[in-house]
Amino acid sequence: MSGRLKNKVALVTGGASGFGRQSAIRLAEEGALVCITDLNEAGGEETAAMLGPRGFFRRQDVTREDDWTATIKAVLDRFAKLDVLVNSAGVAAAADNIEDADDAIWDLVMDVNLTGTWLGCRHAIAPMRRAGGGSIINLASVLALKGEGGALAYCASKGGVRLLTKSVAVHCGNQRNNIRCNAICPGYMLTGMLRDFLDSLNDREGEHARIAAMHPLGRLGDADDIAQMVLYLASDESRFVTGAEMIVDGGFTAG
Amino acid sequence: MGRCDGKVALVTGGASGIGAASARMLAAQGAQVMIADRDTANGKAVAAEIGSNAAFVALDVASQDSWDAAVAATITAFGGWNVLVNCAGILRHGSIESETMDDWRQTMEVNVKGTWRGCKLAVAHMKAGGGSIVNLSSIAGIEGGADLCAYSTSKGAVRLLTKSVALYCAERGWQVRCNSVNPGIIETPMLETYFAERDDPQAEREAWDRVMPLGIRGEPEDIGHMIVYLACDESRLVTGAEMVVDGGAMAR
Ligand SMILES: NC(=O)c1ccc[n+]([C@@H]2O[C@H](COP(=O)([O-])OP(=O)(O)OC[C@H]3O[C@@H](n4cnc5c(N)ncnc54)[C@H](O)[C@@H]3O)[C@@H](O)[C@H]2O)c1
Ligand SMILES: NC(=O)c1ccc[n+]([C@@H]2O[C@H](COP(=O)([O-])OP(=O)(O)OC[C@H]3O[C@@H](n4cnc5c(N)ncnc54)[C@H](O)[C@@H]3O)[C@@H](O)[C@H]2O)c1
Repeated sequence: MSGRLKNKVALVTGGASGFGRQSAIRLAEEGALVCITDLNEAGGEETAAMLGPRGFFRRQDVTREDDWTATIKAVLDRFAKLDVLVNSAGVAAAADNIEDADDAIWDLVMDVNLTGTWLGCRHAIAPMRRAGGGSIINLASVLALKGEGGALAYCASKGGVRLLTKSVAVHCGNQRNNIRCNAICPGYMLTGMLRDFLDSLNDREGEHARIAAMHPLGRLGDADDIAQMVLYLASDESRFVTGAEMIVDGGFTAG
Repeated sequence: MGRCDGKVALVTGGASGIGAASARMLAAQGAQVMIADRDTANGKAVAAEIGSNAAFVALDVASQDSWDAAVAATITAFGGWNVLVNCAGILRHGSIESETMDDWRQTMEVNVKGTWRGCKLAVAHMKAGGGSIVNLSSIAGIEGGADLCAYSTSKGAVRLLTKSVALYCAERGWQVRCNSVNPGIIETPMLETYFAERDDPQAEREAWDRVMPLGIRGEPEDIGHMIVYLACDESRLVTGAEMVVDGGAMAR
């Protein structure tokens, strides 16, 4: 640990699993105090146990505005300020194309991925302004840059997150409030989300190989590949970076 | 423990600006650094300041012989080579109408072919043991500048050269990653010259400040932090990417 996040307070949604959990671990290792939230209480408590005294878990549904108000208050009560928000809560739906699309799936994916991120940005700005600035990190996806036929709502939601990020960045810049807002676009990664999907298939190995082959590096990344970029964006090393989309994708979008 | 322990980096343009800052920062994270530049006086001074983890070699990126010698010197000095940072670059003012053939040729020779030569040598050497190539593109390689015709063109070329090299290596299973950093306006000698050559430097400066929503000016270290990330194994999954570090200029 070299203290890259010394004296920072971070809030990480989706912290029970995947990128959220690993980012929380890395942030805490580098000196941050971390509140993680999630719908999944068992997983969230497990992450909190890994963080020890540097972290705590709070149950939160990112789609509910009242839950955001209460969550921000809990962070301020506990750690007195907020410097970093990582919007990592998200859901994916497979076999979701424009012809078979289902209303309920569309609403769920849009609510969690897009409205949840929008609410997070909205509620983080006031406390960050009081802290003299901050860094908001949104999880978009390579599917915000390239389409996938069977990921209709997911593509739409992540495309939305990508431009929501830029709009928030420009707004905060114009306000001169020293709050930065950036997106990360991961390729397909072996986290809870993808594992669940693969486990639901008969031909798990075949699909795994097919997805890996879409990435020129020939393998799937893991949560730490994203957590390292989260560290960079959360720290003052990136003080000149805002409205950017950081691609961590094994070359998926290079070709 | 440094983030770049075990790395041997050749940094072109290491005598000044972004190259000098990244050389210092790579060394501070444990890398051994060869500073390569055609500016011998400043290059030697940067190497001396860093100390025993750094050395200097004269390099004109427009000359193949000079490249061959710089790579050989790096491997001899440090026993290997696994990071290349292509920072050497020039900026000439000019629109499609005003620029001369000479400006165009020089810009392409240094910015594009110089980077291409470096990539070629790096791939040849690193395909066996892996490595990371970082090329300096620019936001001028994403959006065109009317008065920066040759420069914009050269940086657009570097941006796509980077992706082509990345895919070529990845498809062969070589662990050689290749990414670009696309800086906004960074306070370096290149920028000073750029403004000094304008009719109204002050007005030009203010116009550029307005382009960047963040309202702070970029320093070479802002780019250095991204170069450290791309050089070390934290970015092992990152290839063919373009990392924009620009105070938000490209967000709108
Ligand atoms: N894994 C990938 O391949 C991949 C690729 C690109 C982008 N992403 C994005 O990264 C983010 C994190 O994904 P992950 O791979 O870590 O997934 P994950 O499934 O491992 O974790 C997501 C977490 O979000 C939580 N969550 C879902 N709905 C919620 C809600 N309404 N309120 C609060 N928490 C909720 C889940 O309980 C889960 O713990 C997501 O936004 C995802 O879309 C993932
Ligand atoms: N400063 C900016 O605002 C900015 C913005 C975007 C991109 N860039 C790019 O970043 C890189 C570094 O720029 P900087 O601002 O640090 O510039 P700089 O002028 O401070 O440094 C450039 C260095 O390259 C060296 N060089 C030039 N031609 C060479 C050659 N033929 N062979 C060997 N060395 C040579 C110079 O001697 C100098 O030391 C350049 O590629 C530049 O185009 C800079």
